[in-house]
Amino acid sequence: MAEKIIYDAIIVGAGPSGLAAGIELASGKANVLILDRKQEIGCPKRCAEGLSNRWFEIMKLKPTPEWAVQEIKGAVLYGPNGKQVKMKDKKILGYVLERKMFEKNLAIQAVKLGAKILLKHQVVEAKRENGVVRLKVEVNDEIKEFSTKLVLACDGIDSLVARMLGLNTKNNLNDTDSGYQYEMTGISGYDENCLHLFFGTEVAPRGYVWIFPKRDNTANVGIGIGAYVSAQTKITAKEYLDRWIASQPGLKDGSIIEVNAGGIPVGGFLEKMTADNLLVAGDAGHMVDPIHGGGIGIAMEGGRLSAEVALKAIKANKFTDDFLSTYTGDWFKLRGNELKRRLKSRHLLEQLTDDDFNYLAESLTMDEALKIGNGTMNKAELAILFTKKLVQRPGLVKIMMKYLQEGKSSSQI
Amino acid sequence: MSVKNNSNKCMYCGACVGVCPVSAIVLKDTRIFIDEKKCISCGACVKICPVGAMKL
Repeated sequence: MAEKIIYDAIIVGAGPSGLAAGIELASGKANVLILDRKQEIGCPKRCAEGLSNRWFEIMKLKPTPEWAVQEIKGAVLYGPNGKQVKMKDKKILGYVLERKMFEKNLAIQAVKLGAKILLKHQVVEAKRENGVVRLKVEVNDEIKEFSTKLVLACDGIDSLVARMLGLNTKNNLNDTDSGYQYEMTGISGYDENCLHLFFGTEVAPRGYVWIFPKRDNTANVGIGIGAYVSAQTKITAKEYLDRWIASQPGLKDGSIIEVNAGGIPVGGFLEKMTADNLLVAGDAGHMVDPIHGGGIGIAMEGGRLSAEVALKAIKANKFTDDFLSTYTGDWFKLRGNELKRRLKSRHLLEQLTDDDFNYLAESLTMDEALKIGNGTMNKAELAILFTKKLVQRPGLVKIMMKYLQEGKSSSQI
Repeated sequence: MSVKNNSNKCMYCGACVGVCPVSAIVLKDTRIFIDEKKCISCGACVKICPVGAMKL
């Protein structure tokens, strides 16, 4: 069965990125269809559900108690030696979301503006024909056909739609984390207004364990670790997390009310994010913070940007790679270059031993730590860092020097 | 020889699909399908799987 209509744009994937793109396209009066292979929007989540204030501002979101379920005012970092560094503000810095409700709200907004959404629609083939893309979509036992001028691939880490249209979105193992999480209830022993992050090679090699509170003694308790590390130790993310929870008095007797898993594309940015009739965004476009692995806000911003480019293409009636390709550069200018600097900082962090980590946790100020993370330290600040703090640990000086040299020699897109 | 998916362990999260270098794995709803002709037994999916559901 084939629809006769040719859509301006078909978005594949109704997650934060696809829905943000849908809202933007529908606002611009484009004829837009959103397809998702799942039977429910926002579920199962592959996510710890944290979203900081900055993204509420960037995406013009107003938190409502229905989906912004826990106010966050700070974070507690736990070093390998158990030492805690607590940073807490009086004001709200962000929220932990109920993603299912959050995304349903985005979906409602997109439809109000004129988008159409279809669930349990799995794209099995995408081919170009006379300047239009024909999608074959499996729906129950049937194959339906849809035609569109543009495809926005927002279909997650397991994106295949972009690959079907000739764009390589595959993930390199070195830049992919293995994630696993329980939503637990009946737990205690942590400040519900803070995010809690636990570090150390025993706890979570090349990664961390998190507790993201969701009120009423309920929280997402999860882990993200480097896939290659997990392969070397032959311990899965699930096994690391189970082992850690068993050692935590406040958690071990809690009940699990949801189990989540997922791969996290923490780097390995795409050099090309377009092809003829195609734009890619969200996890499919590797739009994730390389240090903390968060991606809701970044994916939404990327989705909206891809839709802005799509609207220009629709207006000009030009859908070639040549016309669309400004999107890649625009993305790097807007967010990608910042993420690339943070990827370099992650590579620095990966070289630290547990001892280094303990030392830094005790000697760095929060401001210094944030600036190293963002790659924005100036010369004077670096001089103080080297002469006053790192000088006591020659191993750290070596790692930091290498990091700074890499920063100089690498060119930015 | 191709990689095998243990559907009892599988969380159908799609991480394996994301790292497969030859696009041999497809996730449909709650099921993983592996194209044995395409699979090159590289083990990338085994390494990324958070729950150990992929075996060579």
